[in-house]
Amino acid sequence: MTRSGGSERATGAQRFTADLRIDGALHVKLVYVNCARARIVAIDKSAAAQVAGVRLIAAADDFPKPMPRCGPAYPDRPLLAVGETKFFGEPVAAVCAETEDAAEEAASLVRVEYEELPAVLTIEQAVASKSNAFGEWRFGWGDVDAARADCVVENTYTFPMVTHFAIEPLAMMAEGDRNGVTIWSPTQHPYVLQRVVAAALDWPVSKVRIVAPDPGGSFGGKAWPKLEPLMAYLALMAGRPVRLVLSLAETIQQTRRTSASIRIRSGFDAAGGIVFQDIEADFLLGAYADIAPRTVAKACYAACGPYRTANARIVARALLSNTTPATAFRGFGTPQASWATESQLNEAAGRLGIDRAEIRRRNLARKGEAFIPGDTPSDGHWEQALNKAMAAIGWGAPLGPNRGRGLSFGIKSSSTASVSNAIVRLHGDGSASILTSTSDMGQGARTVFTQIASRELGIPPDRIAIVMGDTAVTPFDSSTSASRSTVFMGNAILRACEDIRRQLRAIAAELPPRADSEADHEATVGPGDYERLLKRYYGSVRGEVIAVGTARSPYLPDHPLGGKPTFWEVMCAAAEVEVDRETGMVRIVRLALASDVGKALNPEHVRSQDEGAAIMGIGHTLMEQLILDSHGRIVNCGALDYRIPTIQDTPAEILSETIENEDGPGPYGSKGAGEGGVLAIAAAIGAAINEAAGVAIRDLPITPERLWRAIHVA
Amino acid sequence: MKIGPTVNGVSREVDVPAHHTLLSMLRDNLGLTGTKECCSEGECGACTVILDGQAVNSCLVLAPEADGAEIVTIEGIDHPLQRTFLEKGAVQCGFCIPGMIVAAKCMLDANPDPSEADVRKALEGNLCRCAGYKQIVEAVLAAAEASR
Repeated sequence: MTRSGGSERATGAQRFTADLRIDGALHVKLVYVNCARARIVAIDKSAAAQVAGVRLIAAADDFPKPMPRCGPAYPDRPLLAVGETKFFGEPVAAVCAETEDAAEEAASLVRVEYEELPAVLTIEQAVASKSNAFGEWRFGWGDVDAARADCVVENTYTFPMVTHFAIEPLAMMAEGDRNGVTIWSPTQHPYVLQRVVAAALDWPVSKVRIVAPDPGGSFGGKAWPKLEPLMAYLALMAGRPVRLVLSLAETIQQTRRTSASIRIRSGFDAAGGIVFQDIEADFLLGAYADIAPRTVAKACYAACGPYRTANARIVARALLSNTTPATAFRGFGTPQASWATESQLNEAAGRLGIDRAEIRRRNLARKGEAFIPGDTPSDGHWEQALNKAMAAIGWGAPLGPNRGRGLSFGIKSSSTASVSNAIVRLHGDGSASILTSTSDMGQGARTVFTQIASRELGIPPDRIAIVMGDTAVTPFDSSTSASRSTVFMGNAILRACEDIRRQLRAIAAELPPRADSEADHEATVGPGDYERLLKRYYGSVRGEVIAVGTARSPYLPDHPLGGKPTFWEVMCAAAEVEVDRETGMVRIVRLALASDVGKALNPEHVRSQDEGAAIMGIGHTLMEQLILDSHGRIVNCGALDYRIPTIQDTPAEILSETIENEDGPGPYGSKGAGEGGVLAIAAAIGAAINEAAGVAIRDLPITPERLWRAIHVA
Repeated sequence: MKIGPTVNGVSREVDVPAHHTLLSMLRDNLGLTGTKECCSEGECGACTVILDGQAVNSCLVLAPEADGAEIVTIEGIDHPLQRTFLEKGAVQCGFCIPGMIVAAKCMLDANPDPSEADVRKALEGNLCRCAGYKQIVEAVLAAAEASR
């Protein structure tokens, strides 16, 4: 089935948030200071207020005291900086004006007197400062200290600060009065945003409406509330709708992935069996917690990978800093953890003289095996992913000069303790509408949901409408995250369709038999009967059949993650690279991806997501990092100097395969997909570079400069 | 300042401040929001339009430069690319797609029989974070074949 919403996107008809207009909306521009951390001495609005068309200049003093603070789990972030800025890009004032020009001019005239303060910008600085510790999690089993290993590999791996860089920058609008407020924001989680905005206003949730247009890419950067609570206040203060469209540079200042430094000591027996994993991981959060603590906990919980691990000790720490608030980002902490653990397996294999694929085969958890004691066991034949990746990359075939191959697994837990509701409406003419709060940000949710409803109700796809993203209309969904929507929202839709069929059978049973030979019999209501049946049942006023479906994974308060994973998202990636020793440039000759998806409801979408995620992973492996100066300012804060993969950076050949044993909990045996590609890439490429160039690099990104120095200077 | 471009075959007259860009004139004055804004510095290609037969980053063109020019935006394009992009699965979130299709069409107008390297060269200034690059290349080559 062709992508739902595809033709709108190919013709420019699709309206993203910045394409929407509200009559009479004021344009908002934010005011910042030119460093990460500063004490705000005074804010002088007088010059700015003289600009024609300025209607409101708001700073901390204009807000309730104490200043409302927001956050999805920890309400720590003030609407505007109060007394002190804590990161480069934290707004200190907001200007609302009749035109963008007026807002921009006025924003440049707001005089902020400030005193720069020392800032914590790195993991080392955060560790040294006693007041930056946010949280610590300890996981493990067995007895690491008593375990006896024949080979111990100990290293520290680092993962840089990287930013989402969706091609659509952040944009949002707000409108309202004391009777209710509406926010337009391309959020992945409309119901989280609703809850956080309501809390910020101290209003009931029922008075807050979130309208969520499809994001132009998000990857986690538009998942958790950022500036929307501020916008709600501005709309109420100004008495006018307000519209904020951030530049790409401002957007980069607002969201990033947690960076990490992971010390890992891995013990193996002579046959390559994993005896212990001893992991100490420091993750650097930004100035406010956002959802980043959960990325640390969730990723480190499964940091040992999809392997049988006899003994484990994992200590994971989240540290605050004066940098961009880290938030969710495709992979949710797992790319960082996998980079460390999978690289360790590669090194151990080398030391023990074991093939690097074989060491994985020996340790891979078999289906049904609880590789994390007491938790959801392996739910797939993961060795099939290993076999497919090996075959696709040509594992073991002779290599040309300066070439190498590497292989890696990535595993990520699905959402835990989540719930999705869906409403299905069968209309009087036999067409249908699905109401769902899943966000389609390119992964193709709209299409998959249409496919499910079409199959379950027997209605052609072009007679099914999918309504998304409006809390006044589409029912509760906990989130579009953790690759959960095909499974959870898919099951909710499937169950709602089942209920539609049940109601139709009941209607048929209630009606008297027909005079002609074709009886509306209870057992034989098919799609061809819908319109006729409903006409007979309701009469000329017509009517429809409506059903609600729910899919939920239980909340377990005593579980470290609040609940058990419903499925594991698993990807095996293999890379062949060619290294240019003179320049340090790495060319990816071939990339093989094998993901265990249970059942690919839309194989083309799965392939697009797996390959797209892999290329995103190439970004953090070879080229992406946010660079800060000593004032904590992002030096490469734009497209010119923050390089994401272009069309010229893709592997010469990408082969993606799926493992489909129909053994997932979703519709027709499906599991989730969409993040797998970004989990495993770094260690696969790192190992390939190690074989090609004979150097081991444990810090990402492996830029040409870094690789050249490793080859020539060490 | 009064600007008189022809946009998608229609003569327009717009009054905009001289420092505004062609991009904002199209989006804000003419309501043609198909062309997107991303980097605002000519690096990402999301704002690509065709100006007098050349693909340009409209964020780097001042509105007055478009006076008397022939502009083609995504809204004015009806081309096999739009079908092949969908058939090959090249569209994910869709935000980069207008720029991609405009740049690809401009290339195909000048080079109806491109090699894969030609396609990559023509689109190296169009960023896609969903990274559907492989499918995009296949779509452009398929459109070239369909047009022959």
